Amino acid sequence: MAKTIAEINQKIKQGKAVVVTAEEVIDIAREKGVSKAAEEIDVVTTGTFSPMCSSGLFLNIGHSTPRIKFGGGKVYLNDVPAYTGLAAMDIFLGATALPDDDPRNKIYPGEFRYGGGHIIEELAAGKDIRLEAIAYGTDCYPRRKLETWININDINNAILFNIRNAYQNYEVGVNLSDRMIYTYMGVLKPELGNANYCTSGQLSPLLNDPYYKAIGIGTKIFLGGGVGYVAWHGTQHNPDVPRGDNGVPKEPAGALAVIGDLKQMNPEWLVGTSMLGYGCTLTVGIGIPIPVLSEEILRYTTVTDAEIFAPIIDYSEAYPKMKAGNLGEVSYAELKSGHIKIQRKDVPTASLSSYYKAQEIANILKGWIEKGEFLLTEPAAPLPGAESGITIKPLKERPVME
Amino acid sequence: MDVSQRIVLHFPPRITNQSIVCRLAKDFDLSFNILKASVTPGEEGLMVMELSGDQRNYDKGIQYLTEVGVKIQSLSQDVVRNEARCTHCGACVNLCPSGAFSIDPETRNVLFDHNKCVGCGLCVKACPPRAMELYF
Repeated sequence: MAKTIAEINQKIKQGKAVVVTAEEVIDIAREKGVSKAAEEIDVVTTGTFSPMCSSGLFLNIGHSTPRIKFGGGKVYLNDVPAYTGLAAMDIFLGATALPDDDPRNKIYPGEFRYGGGHIIEELAAGKDIRLEAIAYGTDCYPRRKLETWININDINNAILFNIRNAYQNYEVGVNLSDRMIYTYMGVLKPELGNANYCTSGQLSPLLNDPYYKAIGIGTKIFLGGGVGYVAWHGTQHNPDVPRGDNGVPKEPAGALAVIGDLKQMNPEWLVGTSMLGYGCTLTVGIGIPIPVLSEEILRYTTVTDAEIFAPIIDYSEAYPKMKAGNLGEVSYAELKSGHIKIQRKDVPTASLSSYYKAQEIANILKGWIEKGEFLLTEPAAPLPGAESGITIKPLKERPVME
Repeated sequence: MDVSQRIVLHFPPRITNQSIVCRLAKDFDLSFNILKASVTPGEEGLMVMELSGDQRNYDKGIQYLTEVGVKIQSLSQDVVRNEARCTHCGACVNLCPSGAFSIDPETRNVLFDHNKCVGCGLCVKACPPRAMELYF
């Protein structure tokens, strides 16, 4: 039954491709069996909509008259600093960047109302952004100051390049201490007052392709409401972790670096986000099509929330102090029920990842493919698996002698 | 007929040194549960309460408050979810002390029940896309 991407694309062009979401495929395979389902279905669409801190934007705003060299100087966008260590007119804005005068956690917990992620959202929405730059001036780039409004429709390039997105599974955050803590996993109440998780489970891209047999470098994806591509494996990509019989990692494992043109994206799918007491970030919408090239690939997409497990981690002590061990494992089905049991205590759960929006993304991508507007790409290279020997290591600190 | 309403009272500075709220119980036989209060003599005061009792007494109590100069609003008008910003992640669900947020098990939509909201404001700063707005 093996299909090729070229064959699937032929069917997409003819409007004949059978496309289902990673949620719909579960019931179809249950009803018809995996091999019949694999024969009939051509593409399974996935989706996720979560805060993803390692996101950012490369901008080229066009040369001013006279010319100015941002490289080595300073650039602010709506008072948020951008990175300038590139050529004259290229800058990079990270999702977690904050204005210099933001009080941060000096007034604890900091509110982090506005940062890089919010600017990315506003640029995507077509809003004007105030740019201020100071440069040192050279013979070929004499100008030393620039203050101007910029708009995404007028500048040369706005390239979203997120170096670590779409994590393959994630931890469940809890708090064993006796005070409220403010983390990237949300506000965690004392003494196991709540438990927060953060993937779309059975809809999440890499949880549906646990061994990276379908998604690779060059895979065309839904990114921020537009089209993007998988550029590389994400930083901290860690394929060699304990996995269940179904291949699904039992802790954070793979990750993706993704890239796309912000000009064709939509602020509905790139939302500036504020984590109380932690910082600013960007909530990113990603949807990845999985071509059903084999029965095995389809079988992986039938994974259910009951078969995906996440470790429970104490964010008051174990996480900040890099202590090994967890407080047990729970399935996403249990997490989504609203309550889990930890140390015999009934703990209410919440998600930072919007399953509602993940469903919407998987359905939008499904619609694009059904209408023949979105063709699949052949990966240029696979994502590294466990055999690659890639692991993530903690920092080995070495004392610096004066 | 008994009624019970969650209301927000705004006291103009000139009356914050008078005893007003206690008269709701004494003169109108109403019971109140104060959910939030910030009343400083000489400044504008704010009180969020659940006021209950017989409908006729309730109406008279509200009329009395209005006559002495208290501005009254329903709590639901003062706690608003900005639907355009809510991403339905659900981070609010287990934070809200009065259980005003829930998730529709079918659609995974986050639902907000005004009637359960006590106006504490915990969700306002904890909401990642900052979709909850408090106007008092």
